[in-house]
Amino acid sequence: MKIHEYQAKELFQKYGIPTPRGKAAFSVEEAKAVAAELGAFPVVVKAQIHAGGRGKGGGVKLARSAVEVDQIAGQILGMTLVTHQTGPEGREVKKLLVEEGLPIEKELYLSMLPDRGSAKNVIMASEAGGMDIEEVAAKTPEKLIKIYVDPLLGLQGYQARQVAYGLNMEPEVVKAFLPMLTKLYKMFVDYDCSLLEINPLIITSDKRVIALDAKVNFDDNALFRHKDVQAYRDLDEEDPFEIEASKYNLNYIKLPGGNIGNMVNGAGLAMATMDVIQLAGASPANFLDVGGGASAEQVENGFRIILGDPNVKGVLINIFGGILRCDILAEGVVQAAKKVEIKVPIIVRMEGTNVEKGRQILNESGLKITVATDLADAAQKVAAVAKA
Amino acid sequence: MSVWVDENTRLLVQGITGREGQFHTLQCKAYGTQVVAGVTPGKGGQSVEGIPVYNTVANAVKDAQANAAMIFVPPAFCADAILEAIDAEVPLIVAITEGIPVMDMMKVKNYLRGSGSRLIGPNCPGIISPGKCKIGIMPAPIHKPGPVGIVSRSGTLTYEAVHQIMRFGIGQSTCIGIGGDPVNGTNFIDCLTAFQADPETKAIIMVGEIGGSAEEEAAEFIQKNVTKPVVGFIAGATAPPGRRMGHAGAIISGSSGTAQGKMKAMRDAGITVVENLGMLGEVAREAFQKVL
Repeated sequence: MKIHEYQAKELFQKYGIPTPRGKAAFSVEEAKAVAAELGAFPVVVKAQIHAGGRGKGGGVKLARSAVEVDQIAGQILGMTLVTHQTGPEGREVKKLLVEEGLPIEKELYLSMLPDRGSAKNVIMASEAGGMDIEEVAAKTPEKLIKIYVDPLLGLQGYQARQVAYGLNMEPEVVKAFLPMLTKLYKMFVDYDCSLLEINPLIITSDKRVIALDAKVNFDDNALFRHKDVQAYRDLDEEDPFEIEASKYNLNYIKLPGGNIGNMVNGAGLAMATMDVIQLAGASPANFLDVGGGASAEQVENGFRIILGDPNVKGVLINIFGGILRCDILAEGVVQAAKKVEIKVPIIVRMEGTNVEKGRQILNESGLKITVATDLADAAQKVAAVAKA
Repeated sequence: MSVWVDENTRLLVQGITGREGQFHTLQCKAYGTQVVAGVTPGKGGQSVEGIPVYNTVANAVKDAQANAAMIFVPPAFCADAILEAIDAEVPLIVAITEGIPVMDMMKVKNYLRGSGSRLIGPNCPGIISPGKCKIGIMPAPIHKPGPVGIVSRSGTLTYEAVHQIMRFGIGQSTCIGIGGDPVNGTNFIDCLTAFQADPETKAIIMVGEIGGSAEEEAAEFIQKNVTKPVVGFIAGATAPPGRRMGHAGAIISGSSGTAQGKMKAMRDAGITVVENLGMLGEVAREAFQKVL
């Protein structure tokens, strides 16, 4: 799960991690009020969307006066911000963060994330703050500090010092940075973060270390133990189809521009089915894993969500019936298809337990359902539908 | 011989009294697996269809001489269940549970390193050696004994791989689902090492997916250490970057973890890569012709 920068900074403040003074604003008036409260110029007006690269896209601007705050806030609020992470369609800006401007002496990069290979938490830091970290890692890997923290031991003092001295910090900066890093690591673990990134982390001309930016993502599997994080969910940042799917516990992801919907049991098979659709010359409209249960109700809701997309010209259902028998599933599909009144062709590929019975039920349903003999046949039938 | 499980495996089930736990325990038993004990805290002394239930894994191991554990404990308590099995020195632990927090699994993984236990999963279908032993939730009737070892990060894709080769009458030595989570107990290389050493396994199918670099590492390992023919498949060529595709571990981060990168690494290592899942059976039959 992702949250906004201003929410991440609220968490930082809870842990005593220094951030610039500032507040979220949801209108131009509020932005002006926050600026007035800060009491000095310049202030920074930052678009709040769940995507990086906001500065380059024109979503972060410096305002030197109340008039400029008015202008800039008006400009950014409601704009469609396009960054390398939003895709070409961009994201509408509905929230701002207004913060004090600070005298920056140096910009650094700092992040923490669980490293899947080593099963350790990795702290990454670099003196090249403000740059995209993938670029730093690719071009100047020697400038990237990587410290692996054993989750059973936690962050050790020497490891924190390795980061500080690796970043060539002056003694008084080190003194401010070490407790900050300890607090950051504590928050990272306490909150089951999947990413904590500060880019840039700044050293001010009066030698303070401050998180100028804050990006925090959370492990969805751990949200059950973080009710306060759940409350940060912003539906404006999510696809409406995906919000609908999440209500029914369906694992659905919309793919822009696709023309063949699909419904599959199991995440791996669902991905592979999307690939099969693409290889057949069509384009998948979604990822949808109905899980091992795949009840009639789930299939019905799945249909409704897939067919809510007007670009969908056909639907491929690919089910490997294991414990869940194919005949039960076929009955679910028929029931659901009748309720939803489907107008596009449905292609069903089914294998596994009681497959013959399942196919018979589908063939005799009187619905526009085509039963594919195998996956290759299903792909051909999908291609024909896409071309029609 | 088969890999890690056989007729002598004595299974205990943690979470045996839950709906899923009970159902799959009985399925395993019906397949012929020796299910010797169950564990549910607070329900010690009861029994499930004749299988004695204990409060702790330690007692179940002591009384019933269990040497393998299958875990159906809910995600919030699953790390605790795995640690309990490790501390009871259970040699093989199979965790079916989906949805364990990554931080929990990282602790488990580091604790596991100093122990004598092997963990398969979590978030996996389990392990089956057809005709000998089934530990997990895979549909038993689709399998038959034979010469192919299968290792996969996905449940239904494992079944699909089994089905595809069964269309040509090819059976399996052992099928292992290593799970779809970013941090898991047993990886591709562990399974490949075991398949290479197992005389019953003549050929290998490896099914991967986007996210992480386990497939790239496995490819490098295969090039250096595996002499048996390997057919590979990677799911997720059409997955958009930055999105978690159902499995917690299936995510492309930046430029790493892509299906294209994984397929290239596998091809470079001499693995026969199938792009279209529908062709897996045909390609495997041809690639394995010499050894089967």
